[in-house]
Amino acid sequence: MTMITPDATRPVDNGVNVEALLGAREALSDAPSAAQFTWKATCTWQHGTHSRSTVDGFTGLGIDHRHTSSYTFDVDHPECFASEDKGATPTEYLLVGLAGCLTAAVASVAQHRGIQLRSVTATVEGEMNVLGILGGDPDVRNGFDRITARFAIDADASRADLEALLAQSQKRSAVFDTVTNPTDISVELV
Amino acid sequence: MRTSAVVIGAGHAGLAMSHRLTARGVDHVVLDRGRIGESWRSKRWPGLRLLTPNWMLGLPGQPAGQPDLDGYLTATDVALLVGAYAERVAAPVRTNVEVRTVRRVGHSYDVATDDGAWRADAVVLATGAAASPVVPGYAAGLSESIAQRTPFEYQGPASVPDGGVLIVGASATGVQLAAELRAAGRPVTLAVGEHVRLPRRYRGRDVFWWMHSTGTLDARHDEVDDLSRVRRLPSPQLIGSSVPVDLGSLVDAGVRLTGRLVGIDRDVARFSGSLRNVCALADLKMDRFLLRADEWATRSGFDAALEAPERFARTPVPNRPVLSLDLGADGIRTVVWATGFRPDHSWLGLPVFDRHGRIRHHGGVVADATGLYVLGLPMLRTRASTYIHGAAADTAVLADHLVTTLRA
Repeated sequence: MTMITPDATRPVDNGVNVEALLGAREALSDAPSAAQFTWKATCTWQHGTHSRSTVDGFTGLGIDHRHTSSYTFDVDHPECFASEDKGATPTEYLLVGLAGCLTAAVASVAQHRGIQLRSVTATVEGEMNVLGILGGDPDVRNGFDRITARFAIDADASRADLEALLAQSQKRSAVFDTVTNPTDISVELV
Repeated sequence: MRTSAVVIGAGHAGLAMSHRLTARGVDHVVLDRGRIGESWRSKRWPGLRLLTPNWMLGLPGQPAGQPDLDGYLTATDVALLVGAYAERVAAPVRTNVEVRTVRRVGHSYDVATDDGAWRADAVVLATGAAASPVVPGYAAGLSESIAQRTPFEYQGPASVPDGGVLIVGASATGVQLAAELRAAGRPVTLAVGEHVRLPRRYRGRDVFWWMHSTGTLDARHDEVDDLSRVRRLPSPQLIGSSVPVDLGSLVDAGVRLTGRLVGIDRDVARFSGSLRNVCALADLKMDRFLLRADEWATRSGFDAALEAPERFARTPVPNRPVLSLDLGADGIRTVVWATGFRPDHSWLGLPVFDRHGRIRHHGGVVADATGLYVLGLPMLRTRASTYIHGAAADTAVLADHLVTTLRA
């Protein structure tokens, strides 16, 4: 794969520091333990199906990190499920995570390939038969059985280059990988 | 026993090195644990044909001399070719000698075998890139009611129990075996991970004509972006036949595609949801290769001599790919592991491996081990290194390096 050389008179700037990311890849390849990160969210039940999650820190590079501020997320179920709808549903947060991850990858890969982005809009939809979570049909799974992400991208690139950009972004997405491949999950009482 | 160099492995690469050393007056011996070209005799399935056309089989001291330069050799033909080459270059081969280990002793190497020890100043590893089949750990999730075959064990459709077959891996081996088993009437499911799609022929020429002519095969190890990625690339989805095979033709023949196999638990296989994307990636990369080929043809004035450019249909991905499969209930009786091969240098008693167990080398010169060389690995020195004729250029450079080392 050849990198498109950016036009020197109008440097491509999607706001992604690709040099830093490539440097990190090189450095971490030689220091595998530093590459081990742990991401964390804490969730507190409020009332009914409403909960509030907080994200404020993670570990990696051998140390603890703080986000620049503490982020909170209200999670609830909608009124049609007899809930109070005080936040997005957990499954919608999954879509938020996937959309954000793919979009970050689009910006990064575009920067690396010298593609100037003007706008990127992703619409992510997940299809689910709720008889699964309601316990109404043992043959229906609980979760999404199909997710569709549609990207509208305005950029200085051919359609083929944008398709390649989207394909590569899926290859470099942690959420895409987590959703498409099995993950060992341990849920414990402390 | 004392010699200047020990070459381990009497395949085409080891023999080509032997020829280079003879030409340079270097005293040496070639050891093989089996016969000359043993892998081609006992570790390849009968229907295998080389991916590379016969005009690419030239070796130092022996031009490509097959009657049909555009054909593709069977494994048996390759064994004959390698045997004839050993005679032609009068290689000092000792067959049925297994190397137990290689140790550093002072400035020399001690090569311990089951037939005595050799002391040499240089050692050349030519035991091949495909010494062992790779089988994923989750194979342990299969019960005894499902048979398993690696490509080394597979000996044609009759060697597989009656019933359906799950072939894991859709690179050169996987697509060849899928086509062969499907043609024998078997229900075939093919698990597809990342792969390299290329057309067998393009604009009337074999794809290797394009790779050769455009200089793709000459891309050097010290010039490509991301060498470790290029070294890990799977072999292209090609088959040594004038009838091309790709995922589309396999689907037309009734093969079922699934995503990459990601786990097996009590005979239930799980597949990744990434099938659509790995197919899109491969289609897009093929189109980019063809675009570069077309640009080269125009630039080089070849357009008139070639058929018109074309683009191939996108890989047909099932609308609802299977994500989970109870193998027994689905009638699958055999899993074939077309999950790649790895070199086996585990017997080498030297600290020359990276944390993945791969030998550390720069273009075949093993790092931190003066006088130790390795041959025949993917992208060893160039893209051609992985193919038989690639041994010609690689051994010329490495034999010169070896001679310089001996004199130092």
